[in-house]
Amino acid sequence: MIPRHLLIGMTVLLAAALGLSLYAWHMRSTVASVPIASTDTRPLAPPVAGPTERVTLYVAYDADGSLRAQPALIPLPSGRQQRAEELLRAVLSIYLDKSSPHVLGSGADVRTVFLVDPGVAVIDLNSAFADTHRSGVLVEELTVASLIHTISANTPGILKVKILVDGKERETLAGHADLSSFYDVTAVNQLATQLQPAQ
Amino acid sequence: MRWTKLSRSIGASRSAGVPPAVQSASRAPDILPGGLFLIFTLTVMSAILLSAAPPEKHLAVFSVAANYSLPLVQREGRAYVGLLELLEPLGKVTAKSEGPRWRLRYNNNAEGVFQIGKTHARVQGRDADLSGRFLVENNRGLVPVASLPSLLPRFLGGPVTLHEASARLFIGSVGTHFTAALSAENPPRLVFHFTAPVNPSVATEPGALRMTFSREPLVAPASPTLTFGNRTIPSAIYSESNGAAVVTVNAAIPVMATFSSDGRTITISSTSTAASASSGSQNANPPASGTAPNTGVPNGVPNGSVPNSSAPTLPGQPAQALPGTPPATPASTRRYFAVVDASHGGDDHGETLSATLLEKDVTIALARSLRQELESRGIPTLVLRDSDANLTLDQRAIFANTDHAAIYIAVHAASNGHGVRVYTALLPFGGDDRGTFRNWSTAQHASLSLSQSAAAAVAAEFQRRQIPVRTLTAPLRPLNNVLGPAIAVEVAPQGSDSSQLTAPDYQQLVTSAVATAIAATRDQLGAAQ
Repeated sequence: MIPRHLLIGMTVLLAAALGLSLYAWHMRSTVASVPIASTDTRPLAPPVAGPTERVTLYVAYDADGSLRAQPALIPLPSGRQQRAEELLRAVLSIYLDKSSPHVLGSGADVRTVFLVDPGVAVIDLNSAFADTHRSGVLVEELTVASLIHTISANTPGILKVKILVDGKERETLAGHADLSSFYDVTAVNQLATQLQPAQ
Repeated sequence: MRWTKLSRSIGASRSAGVPPAVQSASRAPDILPGGLFLIFTLTVMSAILLSAAPPEKHLAVFSVAANYSLPLVQREGRAYVGLLELLEPLGKVTAKSEGPRWRLRYNNNAEGVFQIGKTHARVQGRDADLSGRFLVENNRGLVPVASLPSLLPRFLGGPVTLHEASARLFIGSVGTHFTAALSAENPPRLVFHFTAPVNPSVATEPGALRMTFSREPLVAPASPTLTFGNRTIPSAIYSESNGAAVVTVNAAIPVMATFSSDGRTITISSTSTAASASSGSQNANPPASGTAPNTGVPNGVPNGSVPNSSAPTLPGQPAQALPGTPPATPASTRRYFAVVDASHGGDDHGETLSATLLEKDVTIALARSLRQELESRGIPTLVLRDSDANLTLDQRAIFANTDHAAIYIAVHAASNGHGVRVYTALLPFGGDDRGTFRNWSTAQHASLSLSQSAAAAVAAEFQRRQIPVRTLTAPLRPLNNVLGPAIAVEVAPQGSDSSQLTAPDYQQLVTSAVATAIAATRDQLGAAQ
């Protein structure tokens, strides 16, 4: 003979277990139905801390295939490497605008810039930069010249520049501009002169 | 009438109630010759039918992992192949039957569930159309060959291309492409360049030489019929059948095939020319009619008479330094004054100029037009890519350097901008030469001033014809890897309509200007050559 108080206790426990199970089932279905928010895989750049400085950006214009000097006021950090990154991001912010004279694909970004002595700069672009870039000799050349001339004109001492994509070497930017070798800054500066708009 | 009567008489005897055994016995002497005749006829018919039976059909499979062939079976009017057997050489694959279901697991990460008699399957949790019923015979799961392009990528995770009519299946990017160029010599030589070593069987017959590629993933050129506008070797035809690719060279004279560059080059030439080229030969024989596998020597020429095949054409393994002295040009190839390179090709489409227009298609048309314009001015010209072939930048530079052309012209097309841009190399940093050896990345250095002169002459000709033109340097390979003068011409439409790039008039306007400028600087460029 099972004592009565035990029967009551067992019944209460079973009812509690059943109730908790139903509650857990309800919570699980609620969680499953919550949509997963789309995520931007690009790294979030930290806010720039530093005084605003006047710099010269070299901006590509597809309409006449030219590279034009454009003064800008941007906050620049004190570190040489961080300054170079901010310079390139300032150029990219122009290109990512829909009304840009030289539009780049959405998501294009500079992952990082390494300045290695003596006189070597390594620009690491993200894959969206290269994958969404338009193909063509001139259009790719304008991008490369814009990046290299901007960084070398505002960062003294750079002699050669290597461009990587996602930290890896890539043969071309979008089928034409060579990324397999180091760019000679002197040669790119001469190219920038050739690309100046006709007077 | 006579046979009718005989039938009737036999029928009459049967109806008379005579036992068949008695009938047979009584007619034995008459039937014996007829029986022998029947046996003889059956034997002959069987022999004829067996000899005329179609060859067993196979599916040739080309992949990075392995090249192999599988037997095909005909069921329900379709060609079927065993799925397990197809995937086995490519990775770890298991299959098991569960009643009407047949499960296949590939590399432990892709599973397909097939149902006998159903035209759909579940692969990786998604429906896949089989374009025919799934069959199981002796525990072998059979799928229609036509379903492979949609079915296999689900398992393999990469692109699959099926040439259904010829039963050739390409898994991944494994195609071997080729170009064909005819020299202007007399008698002419037809030179095939392949992007990978090949080893076809070669057969000669009156008026044609046939190369059968059964082990190589050879893919068709842009046009299956290549015409050369020459009476001696008028054309070559590409075809595919039963797992093999066949290139048939039509020739008005007896020709033979010579292999060089580790099987990457095949030269078709007159038997007499090839015999004279092999100067050391005491007994050079004309090629025997028939089939001979490639043994690395000219078909029909003894071992001792192998022409020089030591050209340093090793695409894919570019030397970091090139000899400063000219490398030995193969005896089977001639020296061209101009090498025109139709940029891009194969998997590399270049710029997508419009929804239906790719840069690689425009460049090949421009290159052919430029060859015609140059040759009409007496300038021997080689088009590097004369079909929809994959050529790496290193291969292009190696071909140009090996041919020692006086000028290398890369042709590009663009939708951006107006008119024409003429480029010379923007040399990369550093790249020191070592003695007589040139650095690969700056091989152009010594010829840069000549390249700039040629570019200036081309630009001046465009200006004279009132076509908008710019002259620039560009980081554009392989300009910097070419030893001799090298320029690139990027053609854009004069207005905003990209379709102008395909207009023959505009193409001819551009190419004739380039050809005129090259002809005008011929002496200067030729002296350097």
